[in-house]
Amino acid sequence: MSYKILYYVNQFFGQVGGEEQAGIAPFYKEEKIGPAMGFEQLLKGEAQVVGTIVCGDNYFNENTEESLKFIYDTIAAVKPDMVVAGPAFNAGRYGMACAGVANAVIDKLGIPVVTGMYHENPGVDQCKAKAIIAEVTDSAAGMRTALPVMAKIALKLLKKEELGTPKEEGYIAQGKRLTVFADKRGSERAVEMLIARFKGEEFETELPMPVFDKVAPAAAIKDLSKAKIALVTSGGIVPIGNPDRIQSASAQKWGKYNVSDISELTGGYYTIHGGYDPVYANEVPDRVAPLDMLKKFEKEGLIGEVYEYFYTTTGTGTSVGNAIQFGKEIGKELKEAGVDGVILTST
Amino acid sequence: MKLELRKVKVKDIVLGDQMKFADGVLTVDVNGLIAALKDDVNVKEIKIDLAKPGDKTRIIPVKDVIEPRVKVEGKGNGFPGVTTPIEQLGSGAVNVLDGAAVVTIGDIVGFQEGVVDMWGEGAKWTPFSKTMNIVVDIIPANGLDPHTHETTVRLAGLKAAELIGYAAKDAVADEVEVFEMGSIFEETEKYPDLPKVVYVEMLISQGLLHDGYIYGVNSQQILPTMIHPNEEIDGAVISGNCVAACDKITTYQHQNNSAILDLYNRHGKDINFLGVILTPELTTLAGKFRTCDYTAKLCKSLGADGVIVSEEGYGNPDSDLLMICKRLESEGIKTVLITDECSGWDGMSQPLADTTPEAVAVVSAGNVSHVVELPPADKVIGNAKAIATLAGGWEGCLSEDGSMKCELNAVIGATSEIGYHNLTVKLY
Repeated sequence: MSYKILYYVNQFFGQVGGEEQAGIAPFYKEEKIGPAMGFEQLLKGEAQVVGTIVCGDNYFNENTEESLKFIYDTIAAVKPDMVVAGPAFNAGRYGMACAGVANAVIDKLGIPVVTGMYHENPGVDQCKAKAIIAEVTDSAAGMRTALPVMAKIALKLLKKEELGTPKEEGYIAQGKRLTVFADKRGSERAVEMLIARFKGEEFETELPMPVFDKVAPAAAIKDLSKAKIALVTSGGIVPIGNPDRIQSASAQKWGKYNVSDISELTGGYYTIHGGYDPVYANEVPDRVAPLDMLKKFEKEGLIGEVYEYFYTTTGTGTSVGNAIQFGKEIGKELKEAGVDGVILTST
Repeated sequence: MKLELRKVKVKDIVLGDQMKFADGVLTVDVNGLIAALKDDVNVKEIKIDLAKPGDKTRIIPVKDVIEPRVKVEGKGNGFPGVTTPIEQLGSGAVNVLDGAAVVTIGDIVGFQEGVVDMWGEGAKWTPFSKTMNIVVDIIPANGLDPHTHETTVRLAGLKAAELIGYAAKDAVADEVEVFEMGSIFEETEKYPDLPKVVYVEMLISQGLLHDGYIYGVNSQQILPTMIHPNEEIDGAVISGNCVAACDKITTYQHQNNSAILDLYNRHGKDINFLGVILTPELTTLAGKFRTCDYTAKLCKSLGADGVIVSEEGYGNPDSDLLMICKRLESEGIKTVLITDECSGWDGMSQPLADTTPEAVAVVSAGNVSHVVELPPADKVIGNAKAIATLAGGWEGCLSEDGSMKCELNAVIGATSEIGYHNLTVKLY
């Protein structure tokens, strides 16, 4: 069986014209246009390009919805196994269009997409996590070297063969850190890395340092005595019995519990956190999430009120991806509830 | 200091009525072992079972793994300062039941216990699928508080390894490994041109199931301290069953610390291995500053040109790891780190809880959140249901047919940060 590929290019590579044609609406032809022709030759008969969509870069970026609808309709008619877009080299609007096509096709239809971009193309960050982007030069002069890389990747994906590392295959890393078996144990690799450093030889770190987000602090609360304060913790404090089955490490969810009728967590709560000595937190869970003090302050009028729900999850081993999601979800609820400030405790 | 590890290869293990080793077969005196361990009033019941490589057997929840040995020359049998009177370790000769291991299980103390599969998919992920395992199931007396419960199971495991070790007392070694190293001055005189290397072994020191012990001293209570590599190989450092199963340094891994062994292997050839600094990972900020400053100072005082730092656990100790690295690199000391990562189920999250530009040479031992699917076992030693509450498991991760899904977090030794196992992470 030969796999079917739908190709996507812009007005320039679609041979319609240059910048003056960037506003043209998408059209489809059952032909191999521009790079699609050279691309198909590289597939050695194992897959074929069934047709090409041509769309102006400006049109796509200004009328994304209409453009995507055209693409969805074409896909519904053509039923391709894969969509290939570009290569866009360092053309920003073309890159953004390829990324837009890639994300939409992958998210909505689950069809794999291969494209090609220069690593600085703004389209890279838009779609690298979903599409496979061949790393190509910054100008169309690199077409001859770009297409074989894209074709090889496309065939591997179509045949469901495992893709090698970005370096081996020539694509831009998607950012997935996958656990694999090494030839040597870790300690031996460490000793060899150190000796390479002594000898001034090249070495490659297995873990490039992460880059952290910086969050600007919110403005100060002007009058605490009128403020609604919520209590949130990553210390794994949950009602005894852990009704929502929050994990003791690497949390996949968070919980919220009504604390409007209690004056402290002690008695009804404990910790399921797997990252610290739980004995003292189990004795007095308020040591980790100080509801007792907040309620006292509420009584004394120091703060306006304690928000009725207490939010909790486990911090240990929890991926930053999950933490960002929890933060957004909890933050949204607190914002909607008119909460002015949060006491956020970790362990 | 000169230490000989006289290794007798264990080809099979059987349960019997006396401790003996003959023709490669280790016989475990079941009733004798049970009676000895029940000497502790905090132990209510003991069960002994065996698990061999290739058996379709699952062991869970595993607390510690210990290598059975007996000291045949020099002082300090057992674990001085813990199960036997204090002695200076690091010299003499030890008969090692090579290929055998004591694995402790029993009622769950905390969330930091794990699983060992002896066959198939699961066997790939743990180094302890390759050892002949004597599984000691410890049922504690009723009503023990958690700290006493932990101490009880820790000591029972060490004692079991010691008692089984006696079987090798008169055995003839199949292989002898000699670890000999003079003072720093002597070694430096011998190898004046080789770069001087220190190994910094971080020990988590944060309370129940989070402590390491050195000659019986809880690592929480120490300043970073230097020990001769032979001392650790000779049993000076034991596990307090610390942290998640995947990166706790079991006692077995201290006895066979791969970072020490691999550095020793290059000593006199490519490097001049100066020794080991044990560094506690504390919970307080002041504690972290103190130990990290102190560790860097010790390395500098020793004249180190390079340092390998291994972490234990993840999360807040990532900060200690990188703080030590920053200090060492700032002093011009080339530093290589061994750690593991929390990159999430999909591997898309940032891998560490801290960052520093000085950390340019890092070995990754795997993603603790990597999810594995383990098929049903023919036999479960322990309690398969424990997986739901372990770090790395979750409610519902055990299917009715006995198969289970879990993170590497729950697999003993999977992402060992002393580099004992062969996992790594590649960016895709």
